[in-house]
Amino acid sequence: MDRREFLKTSAVVSLSCLVPGLSGWAYSPAVAAGGGGKSGSRKLIVVFLRGAADGLNIVVPYADQDYYRARPTIAVNQPGKPDGCIDLDGTFGLHPVLKPLVSRWKEGSLAFIHASGSPDATRSHFDAQDYMESGRPGVKTASSGWLNRMLQILPDNHSPIRAINVGSTMPRILQGPASVASYEPKRGGRPSVMDRPFVASAFAGMYEGRKDALGEAFREGVEGHNTLKEKLAEEMIAADKGAPNVGNFKGFGQQLGSIFGKDRNTQIAFLALGGWDTHVNQGAGRGQLANKLSVLGQGLADLANGLGSQYKDTVIMVVSEFGRTVKENGNGGTDHGHGNVIWMMGGPVRGGKVYGDWRGLDEKNLFEGRDLPVVVDFREVIATVASNHLNLSSQEVARLLPGYALPSRKHTSDIIV
Amino acid sequence: MIIGPSGSRQLSRRSLARALFMAFLLFPMVCGPGMAGGESANAEAGNSARDRARHLLNRIAYGPRPGEIDMVVRKGTARYIAEQLEPASIKQPPALEQLVAKSPALTMTPGQLFMNYGRKPVMLAAGLKNEATASKEARENIQKQIRQNYMTMYQQITDARLMRAVYSPRQLEEVLTEFWFNHFNVSFDKGLDHIWVGAYEESAIRPHVLGKFRDLLNSTSHHAAMLFYLDNWQNTTDKPLKNNNNDKRPGRFSGINENYARELMELHTLGVDGGYSQADVVALARILTGHGLVNRGGARMNINTNMNMNMNRAGSGSQNALTSVSGYQFDRRRHDFSDKQFLGTVIKGEGQGELDKALDLLARHPATARHISFKLAQYFVSDKPPQALVERMAAKFRSTDGDIKEVLKVLFASKEFWDGSAVASKYKSPYRYVVSSLRATDSVVKQSRPIIGFLQIQGMPLYKCLTPDGYKYTEEAWLNPGGLLQRIEFATALGSGRHQAARPRQTGTELLVDIAGIAGASKTGQVITNSHERLKTALVLGSPEFMMY
Repeated sequence: MDRREFLKTSAVVSLSCLVPGLSGWAYSPAVAAGGGGKSGSRKLIVVFLRGAADGLNIVVPYADQDYYRARPTIAVNQPGKPDGCIDLDGTFGLHPVLKPLVSRWKEGSLAFIHASGSPDATRSHFDAQDYMESGRPGVKTASSGWLNRMLQILPDNHSPIRAINVGSTMPRILQGPASVASYEPKRGGRPSVMDRPFVASAFAGMYEGRKDALGEAFREGVEGHNTLKEKLAEEMIAADKGAPNVGNFKGFGQQLGSIFGKDRNTQIAFLALGGWDTHVNQGAGRGQLANKLSVLGQGLADLANGLGSQYKDTVIMVVSEFGRTVKENGNGGTDHGHGNVIWMMGGPVRGGKVYGDWRGLDEKNLFEGRDLPVVVDFREVIATVASNHLNLSSQEVARLLPGYALPSRKHTSDIIV
Repeated sequence: MIIGPSGSRQLSRRSLARALFMAFLLFPMVCGPGMAGGESANAEAGNSARDRARHLLNRIAYGPRPGEIDMVVRKGTARYIAEQLEPASIKQPPALEQLVAKSPALTMTPGQLFMNYGRKPVMLAAGLKNEATASKEARENIQKQIRQNYMTMYQQITDARLMRAVYSPRQLEEVLTEFWFNHFNVSFDKGLDHIWVGAYEESAIRPHVLGKFRDLLNSTSHHAAMLFYLDNWQNTTDKPLKNNNNDKRPGRFSGINENYARELMELHTLGVDGGYSQADVVALARILTGHGLVNRGGARMNINTNMNMNMNRAGSGSQNALTSVSGYQFDRRRHDFSDKQFLGTVIKGEGQGELDKALDLLARHPATARHISFKLAQYFVSDKPPQALVERMAAKFRSTDGDIKEVLKVLFASKEFWDGSAVASKYKSPYRYVVSSLRATDSVVKQSRPIIGFLQIQGMPLYKCLTPDGYKYTEEAWLNPGGLLQRIEFATALGSGRHQAARPRQTGTELLVDIAGIAGASKTGQVITNSHERLKTALVLGSPEFMMY
């Protein structure tokens, strides 16, 4: 029996600092037949902002007076004013702390899709994140995440770090049969028992000779552990005092970029950043949200730099489960809304443009009279990236996004170069 | 000793935990390390009575504790099964009962929990009526207290579950509590369910794990935790409301919500291929309209739309809201009174009782008997349970009106259950792996949090399965390289006495090798024999054999 037939799962992987899971054995007939490489070195990184990031204060519709009326104390100023946004296209401006990304906008590799998100109307973080990660809005029992389905479809290059999850727990979006390595920055440097030869050899003695699924899993685990450890050894030493920056996306951005840069076989990476649920005192050009965005902006800039020559083959997608109310609430914050903004960055992105169909913030154009509508379904964006960037066929896109029919009018059909 | 979260509760928890520890030391069923080398020699000789006892303890319990294999051999498997099927006949250690009794998360009603651990009491304690007018500092304090409450709830329910799983002599009850909770899953992480999950398990699941399936359907469908988890508390007729002139209704009560209706059929009863249609889903959703939470919706749905359950304004209803064990309430004003065509039967639009009729139909449906029997057989016997066994169980399910105990008797007496091919054929779930490790080593659990954290990184956080289908109990779901290495890491820490959560009391190698069912002549057996003494326990717990059951 082929190992692929009985070891088809990933669930969770991570051990001490870095532990990869199975070395990608989502079986791909195309590769096995020697016809692989159709997606070549193309990569996708998804960054999930958990808690519903306020898209209207990220890509600011500064030309719209309704925006300033709805947000008397938390609106981001127009360009040129104190802490004002950075003009993008005369209609929208970028939050001022995202300055490190402006050069990417100017060179044309950063784009935004406004009034986008999940068509499901739920305002529950729990449900909305679940839907956005399963890629199946409204279906509560979807068993796998869309990134895992993506891995099952992409050609399998058998790298132990073909897919990387940042964090200790496997998120919904990566759950499924294809294997995923975990990278846990905050545990960096802590030795694993498998690094102690005396212990490792005893366990190896029990497992290595086994021809069953357990023996297979053990061998794969040790191999992956060692691979990622070697790849990162250099990086760990270079980083401040040998430890990666705890919980700081800035430090992580560099690291992840360098993993990608070194190992051209990494196809997919995912990380989630929390703390966007700004019901209270979210601030405008400065303040709570600005502080978070500042870390994110610098981290993405570092990630882009760390990718080096790989940047031209990488798409970075930044999503959040839903947007926030157009109007600010009584606490200087915003409540759970609907439509949001999706960020797209990377060499293959046709940037310097805000995509979508902007209808303004007049109440009559809002979802339930209060929220930015979802004009662009997030699945359309995934489908576009899947077909135009990762070269999936339309049948494969259908497997990636079951139950989703592409609309006749696509808003993002030209977003990939 | 359990060490709780820092704070005032710690002292009482400590003394409680000490009592627990003493109780287990003295508990007579555990024979202690009295049976050393000679016993394992028997196992090596292939003593089938021992093998059968080990198999039984691996399946209807969370694996053997030291001495339990001998206990079952002495008693006989039939008698052990019969006892386990009557948990009330087995004496529970008082310390466990005390642990439960002193955990408000398990003993309070949903209404009481809301009034003690929800947002409202935190606000009241801070002397605040409206969060908007509070100072920044006051708001931060409120958030801190709410987080503290959240942690307290989780600590209490996970402590209780873990301690009962490890130490309760009513092992089948524990194994079935896990099964039925998972079957009727609700998630700690969904909003208010973080204060209700413990009460749900205690009042809606545990009393019925060996009872009638219809009773489980009733208790789960009438509990606040489930109604909140699958959104049914919002499920409201889309027809004009009665006695409500301007038909003003808050957004969340704006119409039919099918979520619970769908899962009730797909997951809880008929199964995905159970032969129902979308029209049946809609009909059941309409039947379920108005089945919601105490003191929410109902009389005050037009007055108060936020999450507050303001007891002071609730008038005569307030007492019920606090004392209701389920936190359930039917709001006839939000109910759809039309007649429904459900599963080929007309259910007259009479109100609350419609749900009972619908649940009767679902509980008696042959697809339900098959679906439940399949899941039980998969849980207890094999990832791919033999069809013939499932059919025999389903037949018993039908003939006994869903009597779980009778169905299990068929299962435990079946040749499939005892077949050699079933023995050690299942890969342990993370939860079972941890609990069986603590049992095999007769460990003293010092603090549960690192163990709960381990379950989190293994992908099986306790009470936090997000989706209503619950966790899978198959090798496919859990066997992966990273997870296996994590287990080896855990085994090494526990086995060497360095784990911060628990300390083994039993590290006698022969005894552990016997519990794990490791043959002396096997590769694993040889490695253990030849390894350093200090590594032996870790090697047993991290061995391929101990991953299986």
